[in-house]
Amino acid sequence: MTHVVVDPVTRIEGHLRIEAEVDDGKVSDAWSSSTMFRGVEIILKGHDPRDAWAFTQRICGVCTTVHAITSIRAVEDAIGAEPPPNARILRNLIMASQMVQDHVVHFYHLHALDWVDIVSALSADPAATANLAQSISPWPLSSKTYFTSIKDRVAAFVERGQLGPFGNAYWGHSAYRLPPEANLLAVAHYLEALDWQREFIKIHAILGGKNPHLQSFLVGGMATPVDPDKQASLNMTSISAMRKLIQQAKTFVEQVYIPDLLAVASFYKDWAGYGAGVGNYLVYGEYPETDGDNAPLYLPPGVIRNRDLGTVEALDPAKITEYVTHSWFDYAGGDDQGLPPSQGETRPNYTGPEPPYERLDTNGKYSWLKSPRYEDQPMEVGPLSRMLVAYASGHPRVQELVGYALGQLGVGPEALFSTLGRVAARGIETLVLAEKLEGWLDELADNMGRGDLRIHDNSKWDPKSWPKDCTGAGFHEAPRGALGHWVHIVDGEIANYQCVVPSTWNAGPRDAMGQPGPYEAAIVGNPVADPEQPLEILRTVHSFDPCMACGVHVLDPHGNELVKVRVQ
Amino acid sequence: MPEARDWFLEELQRRGVSRRDFLGFCGVMTTVLALPKVAGAKIAEAIETKEKPTLVWLEFQDCAGNTESFLRAGRPTVADIVLDTLSVDYHETIMAAAGHQAEEALAKVVAEKPGGYIAVVEGSIPTGANGAYCTIGGRAAIDIAREVCGNAAATIAIGTCAAFGGLPAAAPNPTGALSVADAVPGVKNLINLPACPANAENLVGTVVYYLTFNRFPPLDRYRRPLFAYGKSIHDNCERRAHYDGGQYVEAWGDEGHRTGYCLYKMGCKGPVTYQNCPNVGWNEGTNWPIGCGHPCIGCAEPDFWDKMTPFYTHLAGFPGFGKHSKVDKVGMWATAGVAAAFAAHGFVQLGKRWKHKELEHQQVYQPPADSAEPVKKAIKEGKEGDQA
Repeated sequence: MTHVVVDPVTRIEGHLRIEAEVDDGKVSDAWSSSTMFRGVEIILKGHDPRDAWAFTQRICGVCTTVHAITSIRAVEDAIGAEPPPNARILRNLIMASQMVQDHVVHFYHLHALDWVDIVSALSADPAATANLAQSISPWPLSSKTYFTSIKDRVAAFVERGQLGPFGNAYWGHSAYRLPPEANLLAVAHYLEALDWQREFIKIHAILGGKNPHLQSFLVGGMATPVDPDKQASLNMTSISAMRKLIQQAKTFVEQVYIPDLLAVASFYKDWAGYGAGVGNYLVYGEYPETDGDNAPLYLPPGVIRNRDLGTVEALDPAKITEYVTHSWFDYAGGDDQGLPPSQGETRPNYTGPEPPYERLDTNGKYSWLKSPRYEDQPMEVGPLSRMLVAYASGHPRVQELVGYALGQLGVGPEALFSTLGRVAARGIETLVLAEKLEGWLDELADNMGRGDLRIHDNSKWDPKSWPKDCTGAGFHEAPRGALGHWVHIVDGEIANYQCVVPSTWNAGPRDAMGQPGPYEAAIVGNPVADPEQPLEILRTVHSFDPCMACGVHVLDPHGNELVKVRVQ
Repeated sequence: MPEARDWFLEELQRRGVSRRDFLGFCGVMTTVLALPKVAGAKIAEAIETKEKPTLVWLEFQDCAGNTESFLRAGRPTVADIVLDTLSVDYHETIMAAAGHQAEEALAKVVAEKPGGYIAVVEGSIPTGANGAYCTIGGRAAIDIAREVCGNAAATIAIGTCAAFGGLPAAAPNPTGALSVADAVPGVKNLINLPACPANAENLVGTVVYYLTFNRFPPLDRYRRPLFAYGKSIHDNCERRAHYDGGQYVEAWGDEGHRTGYCLYKMGCKGPVTYQNCPNVGWNEGTNWPIGCGHPCIGCAEPDFWDKMTPFYTHLAGFPGFGKHSKVDKVGMWATAGVAAAFAAHGFVQLGKRWKHKELEHQQVYQPPADSAEPVKKAIKEGKEGDQA
């Protein structure tokens, strides 16, 4: 038996450590530990709730926007602000473009090098690469000349002997299975995607002033004025610029990302047999199609248990609790109970080894993340959960695309419950949303054309208009999954704030019952050909798209029940 | 270095970048760096003939926002090449290696090139819980920072968290978070590039400056390069004329808001914030927060989470703003009286919030007295940067 430690897990956001036992070339047990804590929720106490979005946005700079939106929804829920239709549309545009950009960056820049061997690309035949590219996609950058130039560029880079960020990796590992031509194609698209993300995210600069960390959010609406007849507002020029970016994005996803995804997956079909994890999936749902509290959501909410696609349960946030049995926190009433977020406590208490250390005590507390549970069961959140719930709920476009992907790969629906299924679901979701963006843009233009220029609910801007003591909850589907914020406001100031974030659901440690979290469960059973180079562990962990900068929680001894779900 | 030059020119050609495009880029860089136009040729020459200096990028209590900003560095095809002239040997978010192989890559740079690499730090450095609030490879952030920055030719603290402590250090600073200046005593050639996140243009600008002139740009009292942080947002704002003319946004979405009136009354912190957003813009000059109708939140200033909040409350003690005030008088106020009143406001706010939160630090690490005293002193005094 070998004890494997991967720390730092790179190509993620934040600080993650994985420890695993490897027996006979397979993982027999695993532990996931978040090794960074900031205490954002503690810092929020006493602040103006209208400022909270700016603070919480800084929880993560990769999925920037997600904590801002969720915070604003929570505060609006508490004070009863009702954003006008344009604010809803602007937010949908911001959220969905974030999702599209984030997923593409994840595939090419954070995940691809687990499947793609850059060094092998050096022995590719550019003519054969051109044939491969043209056989899977109409994307025009596909000539022999083009791939020759990419190959030369990589060769020159390697010959200079300074590999920079590509140094010391697992190149040549036996688990890499793509032919050199597919590797060269992927390297070319890795570089193209770098340029594409820079360009596409200008949509956020138009809508939010800058990216990362957009600055146009407001409690009650948005700060981006809309007016067809004003230079200083979103107008025809900005709509046209956004339309172009959206169309380019859709083309890139259709002609580069999806064909690459299917091509790469076709060489790694055995990964449909690894990395399933807990088999329970939780989704809050996202993209309100109309205004008000009970607006239909384009991607539906729901819970699926035990991989049963025949049953989608309605989601009830009141069933969510969090454990700290194995987290570096204490609960006043003992560490073996699960507390609902509305009564959560956050008292950091580090009991681990003093750094520098070699091993964590995985029998005791071993992570800065808590363990969220739904009716005491661990749940996976993220693109796979969203696509499964949409598929099982009869979402026509999702069903069509899932069917297409499964057909192309020649596998059945059970393949979805795996590392490969997770990667495929993320691609399908990207296409579903890239197709949806332009409709929202049209809706915004229609409103502006009709003279509806409202962007904000001014009636609730003044804190004097708020209840003296109020609570609210906000929910959002971030790229990495279900995100919830709970806020308690007293006399116009934040009395308590807490977030239950996607990577806490996915990366959290064991609970009081000893049940592992989704990462821990998913790694078990993975092959590991060489414990010194645990590439296979990275494949499954990266398939979740970890984002670790969120180990944060707070205490409200007078917590109130928060059961009203509201997405806007 | 003729070889490097040949490689570079071939590289340009291969990537479809004409020499003219490249010189155009160098011209843009002179604008960013506020240099005379003739410097463009010098920059071009420097970039084409330098060997690849090594850079390592450390992430501590961060959100990767500065990394993402860096990935958005402008004028892609050419700026990319500029960044290719650096060998980025360690950067957790983008590097292929993981685990101990990743840590070995970092150790190799420190061991083989002491005093010969640039360290970039993103995120604050916690001292509570004996360093356990942030560990990488089982090592405390503060130990890694001291070893890596202590042996670097220069350290760039990118983003407000690394430069000033930022969000984690906001009251009540639950983890005892410090800036690089405070966490690494005697750090050499420290350059602070605050903002949340820092603008990629300013990082590229700083690196290009170094490659061109073999020295670092002149800095203000907070060790921020004057080329980027030498003037207030307010002084360069495209809406300044509306301020001087007494035209203000009064409510979100009103006629003034749609027309682009001044956001002072909505809480804009432009008068007490020093950064080049109005000139350089974000995402290749696409836009900037005020251009988008939202007030500046002062993210490039020390302690902005405590001193600039509430974000939507306008600056206190701004006398005579509006039509009948003289611009120069207002300018004077914006840099003197306001700052003092404003600093007082910040501390009042801070005191108010401290009452809410009492937190015991476990075994807080105390930084030695000699660490970057000038910066700390300047922050304590709450004065804005020296004027160039």
